[in-house]
Order: sequence, then structure tokens, then C-alpha cells
Amino acid sequence: MAGNGTNDRRGNLPPLSLHVPEPNFRPGDAVDFSHIGVTEPGAQPRPDEACEAAETHPLCNDLIRVLGDDDKAHGPWDPKLDPDTLRRMLQAMATTRAFDERMFRGQRQGKTSFYMKCTGEEATSISASMALADDDMVFPSYRQQGILIQRGYPLVEMINQIYSNAGDKLKGRQLPIMYCSREHGFYTISGNLATQLPQAVGYSMASAIKGDTRIAATWVGDGSTAEGDFHAACTFASVYRAPVILNVVNNQWAISSFSGFAGAENATFAARAIGYGIAGLRVDGNDALACYAAERWAANRARANAGPTLIEFFSYRAEGHSTSDDPSGYRSAQEREEWPLGDPVMRLKKHLIALGEWDEDRQEEMDRKAAEAVKAATKEAEKLGTLGHGMHQPFETMFEDVYEEMPWHLREQCEQSLREKEIKFGKGDPK
Amino acid sequence: MAIELKMPALSPTMEEGTLAKWLKQEGDEVVAGDIIAEIETDKATMEFEAVDEGILGKILVEEGTEGVAVGTVIAMIGEEGEDMSDAQPSQSAEVDDVPGEGKDVGRDQSEAEITKPAAKPKADDPEIPSGTNVVKLTVREALRDGMAEEMRLDDRVFVMGEEVAEYQGAYKVTQGLLEEFGPKRVIDTPITEYGFAGIGTGAAMGGLRPIVEFMTFNFAMQAIDHIVNSAAKTNYMSGGQMRCPVVFRGPNAAASRVGAQHSQNYGPWYASVPGLIVIAPYDAQDAKGLMKAAIRCEDPVVFLENELVYGRSFEVAQLDDHVLPIGKARIMREGSDVTIVAYSIAVGLALEAAEELAGEGIDAEVIDLRTLRPLDREAVLTSLAKTNRLVIAEEGWPTCSISSEIMAICMEDGFDHLDAPVLRVTDEDVPLPYAANLEAAALIDSDRIVKAVKKVCYRD
Repeated sequence: MAGNGTNDRRGNLPPLSLHVPEPNFRPGDAVDFSHIGVTEPGAQPRPDEACEAAETHPLCNDLIRVLGDDDKAHGPWDPKLDPDTLRRMLQAMATTRAFDERMFRGQRQGKTSFYMKCTGEEATSISASMALADDDMVFPSYRQQGILIQRGYPLVEMINQIYSNAGDKLKGRQLPIMYCSREHGFYTISGNLATQLPQAVGYSMASAIKGDTRIAATWVGDGSTAEGDFHAACTFASVYRAPVILNVVNNQWAISSFSGFAGAENATFAARAIGYGIAGLRVDGNDALACYAAERWAANRARANAGPTLIEFFSYRAEGHSTSDDPSGYRSAQEREEWPLGDPVMRLKKHLIALGEWDEDRQEEMDRKAAEAVKAATKEAEKLGTLGHGMHQPFETMFEDVYEEMPWHLREQCEQSLREKEIKFGKGDPK
Repeated sequence: MAIELKMPALSPTMEEGTLAKWLKQEGDEVVAGDIIAEIETDKATMEFEAVDEGILGKILVEEGTEGVAVGTVIAMIGEEGEDMSDAQPSQSAEVDDVPGEGKDVGRDQSEAEITKPAAKPKADDPEIPSGTNVVKLTVREALRDGMAEEMRLDDRVFVMGEEVAEYQGAYKVTQGLLEEFGPKRVIDTPITEYGFAGIGTGAAMGGLRPIVEFMTFNFAMQAIDHIVNSAAKTNYMSGGQMRCPVVFRGPNAAASRVGAQHSQNYGPWYASVPGLIVIAPYDAQDAKGLMKAAIRCEDPVVFLENELVYGRSFEVAQLDDHVLPIGKARIMREGSDVTIVAYSIAVGLALEAAEELAGEGIDAEVIDLRTLRPLDREAVLTSLAKTNRLVIAEEGWPTCSISSEIMAICMEDGFDHLDAPVLRVTDEDVPLPYAANLEAAALIDSDRIVKAVKKVCYRD
């Protein structure tokens, strides 16, 4: 062959090939999670909140844990919360679980088109949220309903949104579960993954520019860290030392794609922080105390203008991705049972019992009351309609809030539509 | 009161399924969470759980029934002691199918006239008092002055983008801003349009008034998700709770010899998006007055400038606070024979064409749209009613363009005024070539406008 003769550099090497990640277990497989490095609770050092980012970097490949198998809290990350606070945390978790159960079944009954549970991941939102100030702005993804419940947003408002009924504060415009409450510092959820990351960084930068004291926190799944948004957010957070917390909930699965497709085989998600030179923590996401402690550490750091923190909550998605998903088709049903970090609600409950501050009877009572509260809220919301049935938003709201003031062309469309509707249906709002 | 159990949807796309098996029988007590039936679709088998408690009173669809439509009432649940033997699902009355209208309940068959609403008065440009001092300014300076005036008035306003601070902007539009306002309000960003569009969107949500400069709108392609999916929809999706008052600005459309990837007009792209305001001024006075309006706007604004126009000088009235209305076109030249509608750089070409046409006895009216969303239909239709002939000049591709939109407006609401078909003069429908001769051949010019005008005047 013509050329400069460098072709022989290939020698007799085999043809090029690629590595395509494959999860460890598929349906029917026996599950063995011994490859997951479950660390000793209490063994991880807790650097000063204002430390150099690099001091946290060993923790990116560690796993911060507080609650031990003895159900007691251990080590420097123990947030030393009083029993009342722990019970409030447990209460929010019980309510969230009861809410998920009922809403999921409600979808199966056709009361809404879509729902997503957060079972097994409650601590990553509820405990983390409790570590923030109530007016810190949160930019959640779609599995942080626990934050709204922890912040006291009325359940009936959440259900109104899910049903898209006459009481829906979002006026029937958003997909079910894409809540928004300005008053509760809960930004409207984006269906386009990861856009909330640079927006949270931008919000926190605005807070700093204004001389405000509120920080911002955002949540994203392991799969969405592959989006460009994640990397742009890390770059900006690092460059300007924005007062923001970037929470990555690594629940192992992005619908049917396991975390390996986001790069988890090669590095932890917390380790992304090392490359950006920001603080990073890798945390047992099923350990409510560790979740609280890590988020509190990051919040204090942000508030002290010491910079952003990337937190990986290592957890497991115990249920399907959503009501449209059936995980039995792609993963072993044993995974949930065998998950080595247990269930966050059970672990917190046992901790309170070990402290002598709780018992099974009170737990049963709490669960029962939570289910009743959810049921009562559901009944109340159903009076205002369910998806496609009963009362709904007034027709003309469709044209509102596109702009601050309704432009003339929308006003004309709205008026014309109302007249056409009146000709067809007569006065009043047809069901 | 009986509760209806409906055929559930396993997914939003499921339309029907098989009721494979009833696991509870009539008269059985059910509690929330009980599995009462199994439903099969072509994809999966689903367990059907009860949400409410009570007595399974009446089964309306037998097990083994195939093709049960989602939403069909399959059973009734009653309270304990309730007689369910005659329970029937509530039914809406069957209605006649009105041809061409579908099944509309209560349709009045009369020939009801849907009258057009009266046109809403829109704000005019503020008066420029006689005797106001007039200076010559380039569009570049006018844009800078507009931003600087607003930054002096409102400390929430800041500028961010690549090279906007030390370098004073790749096209020097932010000249002097760093010196006057300092590095906290004139911010150089990392090279990630996606990133700083998101940061700007978040900062606007956080109560500031960001001006996000794109070095050119061609680079904003990767940022378009934040503009279209976040900024434009914040107010709407939050049910009116949140705002996103951000200005995305920078040069748009073809410059000189910058090739296919750097020569695109995004006016039609952004103008198609509800929730965005899209402004594309031509001269310096409008650039300044509309920049001020954009910064004050509570809605997100896409502000499209043009590199080839940056250096052109125009007369600008020296006024303290001259803010122009958004959504209002401007008559650049009055005429009676034909209307030429244009925006941005094409306004200059349209004015050139009008001069040439005047020499041939054709009196053209030139309208500068100035704002592409909301579009000033009224100005277009009023001029058309006067001249009865219309040509659109647009530096951009023809398909799904602002030209297409103006043509649609003329057909919908101006048809009776038309003495000739509306024509559009645009760039060729190809990626813009680099070579000077090919570039010139692909771009709109005033000769082509003259030719089109003669055609609609039947003078060719």
C-alpha cells in the first residue's frame, strides 16, 4: 500500500471493540451485593465545613454512614438530633409512603394518568430537606415529593395537582406530580431532565448578588448526571463558588438503564466533584441521619460562602420508575430484598426504638393515621374532580399566564373561543 | 353511595385490555390495597387494586372479556348494607353527531355569527418633543446606551456572557460597561451557552434581571432548551406563581463570510414559541428604545440584533428615558401603491428598494415589524387595506418563516383587500455558502425586492 508505512504499527492486534455496560443481575438472577462496599458506620472523618474542597475528596470514594446494625448513631457525622425532631422526620416519611401508596392506586383507577413513588429514597429528600432552612429554594427533580410534605405543603393541594382538578394551583397545566409552590420554596419541576441544576446555581448566584441569605439546593438522579446541564452547573458552581448544594440521588436505575450507563462502573458520582474542585460527599442514602448530616454540612458551608457541595446519596429505587413502568422485565426482584443498606424508614424507626423513644404500637398508630390523613385529603380533593371527571379549571385560564399581561392576540383568541363555546354549549361550564 | 370501578390504564397510551380474572366476587368485602382483578394488555399483566373500601356490589364486566376500553365501568363498590343489585353506572346521554362538528353536546344549529372582536388599542411610540436634540449613533452604541441606562436605574440588571467584560463583547456591544458597573454586574462566563442560559434563567427566577449575551444566536442552539422549555414556560407552568424576566440578546442572521453554521436567522424559531417576546429592531433609535423595554419586561425576551447593522449610524433623539412599546410595528416610509413588510436588516433593503421604485413611479410603504412576537397584525392589515398589494422582505429562509406568517395573516384577514397575491422575498433555501459570490447569490437584496414589488403591481 502507498503511504508512509505506518500501517504496520497495528501489528497483529485484534480489531477494536467497545465495552457495553451490563447490570449484574437480570430477572430471575440470584442477587449478591457483596461487591458494594458497605462501610463501617461512624468511621468516616467529618472535615470542617469551611475546609478546602480537596479535604472532602477522600469522602467521594467512601460512604458516610451513621446508623449501625445496632440501630445506634455513630461517629462524627451523628447530627445528634433530639427525639422530637427524629419523630417528625419519621412522621414525614410515613406520610410520604402512605401518600405514594394511595396515589399509585389512584392512577390504576384512572383518577390521574401518571404517578411516581419515591419508596426507599425518602431519606434523600425528607432528611435532607430538614437540614435546610424552610425558605431555602429547592429545585427538585420528580421524586422529591417528600420535601413538600416535610415543608408542610397541604396534601390536598398535591392531590389537586395530580388530579388536575378545579383546585389545582397550577391550573391544569403541568403533568401530574410536577408540583410548584413559591410559598414553600419549591420550584416548578421540569420534565426535561437536569435543567434545574444550572437554574439552581443561577438562583443561588442571584441570591449572593442580592446580598440575600437564602441558598439553593437541587436534586437530580444518577442517570441525569450524563446531561450537559450537570456539567455546566458544576462548572459555574465551582468558578463562582455559588452557595448551592447539588444532590445526586443514585438510586441505581434510570427507568431500565442501570447506573453503569451514566458511568458508575468507572467512578462514583460524588467523585465528579474532584474534577471540578468542589466539595463532594458520598452518603448512605438509606441512613436518615447521614442524609441529614451531609446536607446540613453542605448548607452550612454554602451559607459561609465556602462554596458548593456535590452530594451523592447512594440508595435504591425500590419500586418501578413510574406507573408506566414494570421493572420485573429488566431487573431481579430480589434486588430490593437484598439491598445491603436496608430501608430508610425501618432503620429510623429502629433507631428511635433503640433510643427508648418509640415502640411498634406507636409506629402502627402513626402509619394508620398517615393513611387516614391521606385518605381524607383524597376525598376532599375528589370533591373538586379527578382527571377528566367532574370539575376542572375554567376554560379561559388556558390563555392566562402565557405573558405577564395577556397580549391582544391571546385576548382575541380567548374571547372568540368563549363565544364559540357559548354557541355550542350555552352559558356555564360544561362538565 | 356506590363508587364506580373503571377499567384502569396501565400506561397513558393503553386504550383497552382483557379483564382476565376477578379475584373478588360480588358481596365480598374489599379494603384499600386488596387485589380485586387481573388485567392483561399486550405488554403486561396488571393487578388491579382497590383504592376504597366497601363491598364489591356488582360486577359489570365478566372475567375473560377482551377489548375492554379504558374507563369502562367494570364494577361497583358500595358501602356495607347498600343494595347493589340494580346498580348501574351513571351514563351521559347519547348525542347526535353533527356533521363536521363531532359530538358536541347542545349544539345550536342556527347560523350563529361569530363576530370578530373589536381591535384593541395599542400603545403608540411616545412623542418626541419638537426641538429635541438629535445625535448620530451607531446601533452598537445605542444598544449599549439602552443597557447602561437601565443598569443605572435598576441594580438588579446585569450582563453576562462570553467575552462581555474585559473584551467588551465579541462585537463590542458591551463597550464601557465593565468600567462603569464593575465585574459583579458585567460577568465573563465559561464557554457553555447551555450553562449560562440556565444560570441566567435561574437568576431571573431568583429576582434579578439578567441580560444574557450570546456571541451569536447560532451558538444559542445548545441553549435553546432553557429559552424555550424553561424561561418561556415558567409563568405558565407555575400557575402564575413564578416569573423569568431575562433578556437573551446577540447578533442573529447572516454576517459576512462566516459560513453555514454562523449565518442563520432564528427569528421564526423563537417567534413560534408562546411565552417568549421576540424583538428584532433595525435602526439605532428602535434598538435603544426596545432594549430598554425588553429589560423592563416581566416576560423572557429574545432580542435579535444584526452584526452587519451594528456599525450603521442613525439619528437618535437625546431623551432621558425613551422606552418603546413592544408589539408595535413602525411605518418607515409612507406610500400608497404597495406595502413592503420587513424587519431587521431587510428594512434597509426595503427602503433602498422603495427609493428605486419611487423613480419608476411606484409609491411603496415600508413597515418595520420591530417585534416578531407578538406580531402587529393590525399594522400589516391597515397598510394592506390602503395599498392592496404586499411584499415581505426577510433575510432568512422561506419555509415556516415570518414571511409565511404574514402571508397567512393576509389570507385570513386581508383577503378582500388583496389586488394581487402576496409575495415573499427571502434567502435561497440552502445553508449559506462561504464563497463571496455564492453568498451574495443566496442572500436577499434590494433588486429582488424591486422585482417582486413590480410583479404584485403588474408592472413587470
